[in-house]
Amino acid sequence: MLNVTSIWAIYRREMKRAFGTLVQTILSPVLTTSLYFIVFGSAIGSHIGKIDGVDYGAFLVPGLIMLTVLQQSVANASFGIYFPRFTGSIYEVLSAPISYWEVLIGYVGAAATKAMILALLILATSAFFVPLRIEYPLVMVLFLVLTCVTFSMLGFLIGILAGNWEQLQMAPLIIITPLVFLGGAFYELKMLPPFWQNVSLFNPVLYLVSGFRWSFYGAGDVPIAASLGMITLFMAICIVAVWRIFATGYRLKP
Amino acid sequence: MPLIEIQNVSKTYVGGHQALDDVSLDIEKGEILALLGPNGAGKTTLINIVCGLVTHTDGRILLDGRDVTAEYRQTRRDIGLVPQEMPLDPFDKLIDNVAFSRRLFGLPHAPDRIEAILRDLSLWDKRDNRLLTLSGGMKRRVLIAKALAHEPKVLFLDEPTAGVDVELRRSTWDVVRRLRDSGVTVILTTHYLEEAEEIADRVAVIDKGRIQLVQDKDVMMRSLGAKKLIVELQAPIERLSDDLAARGFELEPCGARAVVSYDPSEADGLAAAALAAFAAAGVAVRDISTEQSTLEEIFVGLIGDANKGASS
Ligand SMILES: Nc1ncnc2c1ncn2[C@@H]1O[C@H](COP(=O)(O)OP(=O)(O)O)[C@@H](O)[C@H]1O
Ligand SMILES: [Mg+2]
Repeated sequence: MLNVTSIWAIYRREMKRAFGTLVQTILSPVLTTSLYFIVFGSAIGSHIGKIDGVDYGAFLVPGLIMLTVLQQSVANASFGIYFPRFTGSIYEVLSAPISYWEVLIGYVGAAATKAMILALLILATSAFFVPLRIEYPLVMVLFLVLTCVTFSMLGFLIGILAGNWEQLQMAPLIIITPLVFLGGAFYELKMLPPFWQNVSLFNPVLYLVSGFRWSFYGAGDVPIAASLGMITLFMAICIVAVWRIFATGYRLKP
Repeated sequence: MPLIEIQNVSKTYVGGHQALDDVSLDIEKGEILALLGPNGAGKTTLINIVCGLVTHTDGRILLDGRDVTAEYRQTRRDIGLVPQEMPLDPFDKLIDNVAFSRRLFGLPHAPDRIEAILRDLSLWDKRDNRLLTLSGGMKRRVLIAKALAHEPKVLFLDEPTAGVDVELRRSTWDVVRRLRDSGVTVILTTHYLEEAEEIADRVAVIDKGRIQLVQDKDVMMRSLGAKKLIVELQAPIERLSDDLAARGFELEPCGARAVVSYDPSEADGLAAAALAAFAAAGVAVRDISTEQSTLEEIFVGLIGDANKGASS
């Protein structure tokens, strides 16, 4: 049986920490997104025209949300578990009558929730700038939830494996951001030369951006099934990695 | 049945260092047990194993008959830990941080209970402070408050008074005694001998990962803590009379002091008999005094013996 009180304690505390730094957590992504819309959507987008019948500004929305969600999930979850490791206060969580998986649910649940709230904020912000349309809202929500959870799990892993602050900060910066930018967040795959189109197919994030965009406009760079398959595979890989770490106590219990 | 049974526990860290070697120890309900040993003896390793922070390589530990590894969900509710370092989240508000500890251990929020604990530790006035603004002494009390927030049966204190001033040390001891009086079993580690002597009911001496001795503090003081009778002479003499030598007296090199060790439990009339013997030998006595061995001497003696045993 799950130890709900303990999970809730961790979840609540992590959520509280996020809203304690309201400006950093909420305001800055909203501001950044608005700037993207002004610069790319309006200024540059007016020269690009429509992609598959969608305004460039509107075309950007799913990619921008994915960019933020991936970055924030990883950053929040990795910080959330790394910080108590760094201060040593993790001793308390490790000596509590709670399993590793329950610890994971608390931290990853909070990080994923935060990322989800951000996604909805960006969605709402974007509605001020561009005409929005969501053709498959359920798929959109499903995709969002799966992505937030999976990448929060990836963040949790990074937070456990990181040996210092630098490594902690580098991971989202050098892995996530390039993958999203090169994963079709701001363009359609067809716009690339054929060689780069093929290279891009090896970028897992492409499948996420594409699938998410599909839920909005009914079209993507790859079939929706491929996107759902990819996010499921990602999640499975994260679960196995977390399971190995928990089984060995690596970096947690000497 | 003892509250905690530590049975043949060994620990070898990943690097290959053996921190504990076949440690067995029973902890009785309601006692204050001092785990006494020098730095690196394995004290922290042992209590961290009981609390679930370190995995042991061998042996097992039972709390109320339950294995602390297999049945950690039950056993950990009953265990509170005050760690050696001061691992606190600096930006947390004191009262929130302590309330979190209670929930984390699966208990419902209880503001009254938290308030009582904070008042008892003189932290109530600081309840809204961020932890980073507190002094070292207060942080240590916060750690105690956190460990007590889920009302454990057993409290482990890892070097609770290392590096704190005399006043804080005394107040910590008061807290520990009050806890014991309220029925909490307390295990504290220390390398201060006076500390074990001052508050422990029982002392377990640990060195190089092995338990060297476990005894009631009083028994230990009595059986190992032989007393010395010191007789100061008016004037130095060359040698003791045969009668005095037969009584076990030894003359110190200066010639002006004669000393005999004795068992305090068989000491009736010893001083009077000694004075009479000196008078009979015609040696004038200026003063007479006794000395009790401290735990420190016992401890140094023990560790010394153990070392000799190991190197031979
Ligand atoms: N995580 C660890 N990895 C490797 N060796 C360790 C670790 N923790 C402690 N040790 C070693 O184990 C021995 C016992 O340490 P410890 O239990 O902290 O002793 P004490 O608390 O009595 O000072 C020491 O030699 C120490 O260096
Ligand atoms: Mg120690």
